Amino acid sequence: MHHLELDDWSRKDSFLHRRDARAKILGLICFLLSVALTPNCAAPYLWVFGAVPLAALLVARIPLARAFVLSAAVLPFAAVFGLASLAAGGHLRAIAVAEKSFLSALGAVALIATTPLPKLTQGFLWLGAPKFLVLVIQFLYRYLYVISEQAQHMRLAAASRGSRLGSRFRMYRLRAASGALAVLFSKSYLRAEAIHHSMLSRLFSGRFGLMDAASPTLPDYTTLVLLVLINLLLNRFIVLISQCRL
Amino acid sequence: MPPLIDIKNLRYAYPDGAVALDGVDFTLAAGETVAVLGPNGSGKTTFVLHLNGLLMGEGEVVICGLPVGKNTLPEIRRKVGVVFQDPSEQLFMPTVLEDVAFGPLNLGKKPAEAMQAAEHYLDLVGMKGVMHKAPYHLSEGEKRRVSLAGVLVMDPEILVLDEPTTFLDPPGHRELVGLLRRLPQAKVIVTHQSSLAASLAGRAVFFQKGRIVDQGPVPTLIARHNWSLAD
Repeated sequence: MHHLELDDWSRKDSFLHRRDARAKILGLICFLLSVALTPNCAAPYLWVFGAVPLAALLVARIPLARAFVLSAAVLPFAAVFGLASLAAGGHLRAIAVAEKSFLSALGAVALIATTPLPKLTQGFLWLGAPKFLVLVIQFLYRYLYVISEQAQHMRLAAASRGSRLGSRFRMYRLRAASGALAVLFSKSYLRAEAIHHSMLSRLFSGRFGLMDAASPTLPDYTTLVLLVLINLLLNRFIVLISQCRL
Repeated sequence: MPPLIDIKNLRYAYPDGAVALDGVDFTLAAGETVAVLGPNGSGKTTFVLHLNGLLMGEGEVVICGLPVGKNTLPEIRRKVGVVFQDPSEQLFMPTVLEDVAFGPLNLGKKPAEAMQAAEHYLDLVGMKGVMHKAPYHLSEGEKRRVSLAGVLVMDPEILVLDEPTTFLDPPGHRELVGLLRRLPQAKVIVTHQSSLAASLAGRAVFFQKGRIVDQGPVPTLIARHNWSLAD
């Protein structure tokens, strides 16, 4: 069964993987703000921000090509807004929208690829993110694997009976796929009920207890300070060389 | 000494009208292990869900002297540890350690205490080495053992195991049986495997169409109901 490569990447070992999740999350927030607050007239130079996530991915030994492909998933959505900007006559804005979207996604990929989800969600909680939202993300992520494995099993079962992906479209194949989706949906519902039983059996009363966090270390603080400084300096530098008026 | 489980005339029908339990009487003494045998759809799992109040039918269900009711559920669920058939449904926290600590945290223990207890029981089941792993990275046998640790950490008086050897290979089966033999709690084991029942239980009950139709020594029931894979 295939598992998400992001999950595999997050379990590697590197200087960045070992850093506290809170420091990395705050570093990403600083990066996102620096990118977002750079004026659109600096669009031709926005790519310079890419040095930050690129450096992170290199330090963490994450495959760059795959990281870029994952980040490019935002481009179709950015293209919609870019086209709207173009239609309104703002070509620099259109370029800025695409660049900022891609850079933001690349920064997020760098964070997720260097932080296992449990630590990431704990980091968000300790930084004050809504508990319910974080727990929903945890559960969804956990059960993505369960549902994904079931879907893969069903796909193998269908292939064992002659179903071929990539063949020409056939109505009966669409009916089979829709039936499989319905089965997955009902299985998900039954699973949810079973999980709830399991939680109640262990005295769950609607509130999750929180585990203690390890204290950040000097390298964690240093990394955070460096990230903040670099992002601020890049923002200033790009505004300067683009001669943008704020 | 009064029985740990004392059930009289338990009846339950699902919302669609299907009668799952039709007058079940059952007892479990302290230190006893009882195997629950019976064909698919005979009401075994429905019966299990009544043991910690997940379902509440008609009749009398008394656990460790407490009648099962809304007010007694927390205490009963602390006394009855249920290991469900599919460990994927039981391991829902991001890491193994957090999952095993889930129960103690719900009992009101401080995080440090809960973690310590979780580590101790993971060590007991031989899973301390994977405590920082995500549950979906474990093999089925490992998931099964972690599920058991997650229940043992709450210090139950009664262990209820629903098909505990499902998905296990023969070595995993042997390891689990060895572990269960060492545990002092009274046990109710729902199983299709006559060998598991024979090796662990002193007594068995046989379910059929929502009723216990027979009970007695395990080899006797297996022979009487032809409940063995051998010809």
